[in-house]
Amino acid sequence: MDYECVIGLEVHAQLLTYSKLFCSCATTFQADPNDQTCPVCLGLPGVLPVLNRQAVELTLRTGLAMQGTVATSNRFARKNYFYPDLPKGYQISQFEEPLIEGGCLNIEIDGTTRQVCLNRIHLEEDAGKSIHGENLADPNKSYVDLNRTGVPLMEIVSAPDLRSPAEARVYLQKLKTVLEYLDVCDGNMEEGSLRCDANVSLRPVGTETLGTRTEIKNLNSFRNVQQAIAYEMERQRGVLENGASVVQETRLFDAARGVTLPMRSKEEAHDYRYFPEPDLVPLQIEPEWIERVRQSIPELPDARRQRFVSQYGLPAYDADVLVASRAMADYFEATVELFPQPKIVSNWVMGDFLRELNQAHHRPDEAPVSPTRLAELLRLIDEGTISGKIAKTVFEDMYRTGKGAGDIVAEQGLVQMSDSDALREVIEQVLAGHPEQLAAYRAGKEKLLGFFVGQTMKATQGKANPAMVNTLLRQLLQ
Amino acid sequence: MSDGHIIISEEQVAHVARLARLGLDADEQRRLTDQLNTILTYMEQLSEVPTEDVEPTAHVFDLVNVYRADETGRRAGGTSLASQEAALSNAPETEQHFFVVPRIVE
Ligand SMILES: [Zn+2]
Repeated sequence: MDYECVIGLEVHAQLLTYSKLFCSCATTFQADPNDQTCPVCLGLPGVLPVLNRQAVELTLRTGLAMQGTVATSNRFARKNYFYPDLPKGYQISQFEEPLIEGGCLNIEIDGTTRQVCLNRIHLEEDAGKSIHGENLADPNKSYVDLNRTGVPLMEIVSAPDLRSPAEARVYLQKLKTVLEYLDVCDGNMEEGSLRCDANVSLRPVGTETLGTRTEIKNLNSFRNVQQAIAYEMERQRGVLENGASVVQETRLFDAARGVTLPMRSKEEAHDYRYFPEPDLVPLQIEPEWIERVRQSIPELPDARRQRFVSQYGLPAYDADVLVASRAMADYFEATVELFPQPKIVSNWVMGDFLRELNQAHHRPDEAPVSPTRLAELLRLIDEGTISGKIAKTVFEDMYRTGKGAGDIVAEQGLVQMSDSDALREVIEQVLAGHPEQLAAYRAGKEKLLGFFVGQTMKATQGKANPAMVNTLLRQLLQ
Repeated sequence: MSDGHIIISEEQVAHVARLARLGLDADEQRRLTDQLNTILTYMEQLSEVPTEDVEPTAHVFDLVNVYRADETGRRAGGTSLASQEAALSNAPETEQHFFVVPRIVE
C-alpha cells in the first residue's frame, strides 16, 4: 500500500526581550548558573507574576505578519507536571485561549508556492536547563540551572499540512527567516532560541482520516528535522506493513545514530490538568494596539524578493539567495545605494563576500568589509583602476586586514596597466618570446589567442587591462 | 463514609495521587476517596445555583491587562532580584552554582 506522510510542526521561538516573561530577570545566558533568578522565577511561595508587555507585542507582530487573528480576549493557564527544572511544578502557558488563532506561511517547494496553515501561536514561559551526571560531575546526579526559567517563548503550531521531510525543513527555514525579519527571535537553533517538535503520522494515499501520530522531540537543526522525520516515516511504514499499529508516543531523535527512540514513560505524563492561571488577569487586546503593531510590520522576505527582481532587475535566483537572510539583504541594499549597479553588487555579495563570511563564521553585519568598503572596491574596477581579477585578491586582503581597497591597491602597486604604448611593448616581447606559437597561430590555430592573453597577464603580474590586451593582441597578430 | 454518593472513584484518586507524586497506601487511598466524595458532594450544592446568565469567570477581580515594561533589574519594580547566593541558599545540595538533584535521565 502507498502511504502519505502527514506532518505538523510545533516551533518554540525565544522572544527577543530584555527581561523574562513574568519577572525582571535578564534573559542573557552568559551568566553563571542561577545568577539570573528571582523569587518569581525560582517559584518561591507568595510571589506574583507580572506579564512583560513587549512579549505580547512581539507575539502580536508575528501573528499579524502571518495573517493570524488576534484573540480579543485571552488568558493564561497552568500546565501541571513535575520536573526538576520546573520549580513551580507548573508552566504558565496558554491553552484554550491562545493570543493568535489561525494564520499561514507560504513556502516554495519544487518551484511552486504552497500555503501552510497555522493552528495557533501562544505565549509561554521556558523551563530551566539540566546537565546530567558526568557531563558536569557525579554520574548519579543531575544539575539544574534556572537562568532560563521564565524566559518568554512563543509556540507556533502548524496545521498537519506538511507532506514530506523536505517540506518540513523548508517550512522551518522559512519560518526562521520570517522571525528574523520581524526581529522577534534570533533564530539560533544551536543555542536553543528556536526549537522544533514534529508530529508525524502516515495514512493510505487517498484517505482523509489521520493515522496515529508520534511526536518527535529534540530537533535542533534543519538537518535533524528532515532526517528524524524521514526515519520516523520509514519506521511507521514498517510497523503498518507488518500489520501492527503505530503507538501514540513521544520519541526522541538520536542525531548520532540517526534514529528516533521512545521516550521513557516515566518522563511522560500527558495529563497536564490545565486550569486558568489565577495569578494573572485576562488580556483584552485593544484594537488600537493591534493597528499600531500592524503598521510596524517590516517588509517580509516574499515582498522583498519580488522588489529585488522588479526594482533592481535581479534574476530570481539572486533575489532568493539575498533575501534568505535579512542581514544579507540589508548589506546588498546598502552597497547598491553607494554603487548603483545591482547585478554587479549581487555577484560580489553572493560570491566572494558570502565565501569569506562562511569561512570566518561571520554575520554580514560583523564582516570587516562594510558596504562602504565594498562599494569603493567596485568603483575602482568600474573606473578601470584595477582589473576584476586583481579585485578578487584585493577583496581577500580587505577582509583579512580590514583595510580599504584604495590603500591596498596603492600599497601593493596593483593599479591596472592601461597605457597602450607600454602594453604594446609587453605584447611584442611576449610574441617574440614564443615564435612557435606565433607561427601556429598565423597558420590558423586561432585558439592560441588565449595563450597569448595569459602570457601577457603573467608578464604584467595580472595588472594589464584585459580588454586592451585583447584589442592590442588582435592588432599585432594580424 | 459519605452518604454513598460516588463522584470520584478510587482509581481516579490513585491516578491524581500518582500525578501529584503522592505515595498513598491502600488505607489512605480508601480513606481519602471517602473524604473527597464527602467534600465533592457538599460542593455539588453549588450546581443548584442558576448560572445561565452569568459570564464564566476565571478570576475574582474585575481587572484586565496588567503589564510590566520590558526592563531588567530592581528598578523595574514588582520583583526584587535574588543574588546567586540567596537563590541557592535553600538548596539541600549545590555544585558549581547548580542545584543538585538525583539523576533524571539515563
Ligand atoms: Zn526572575
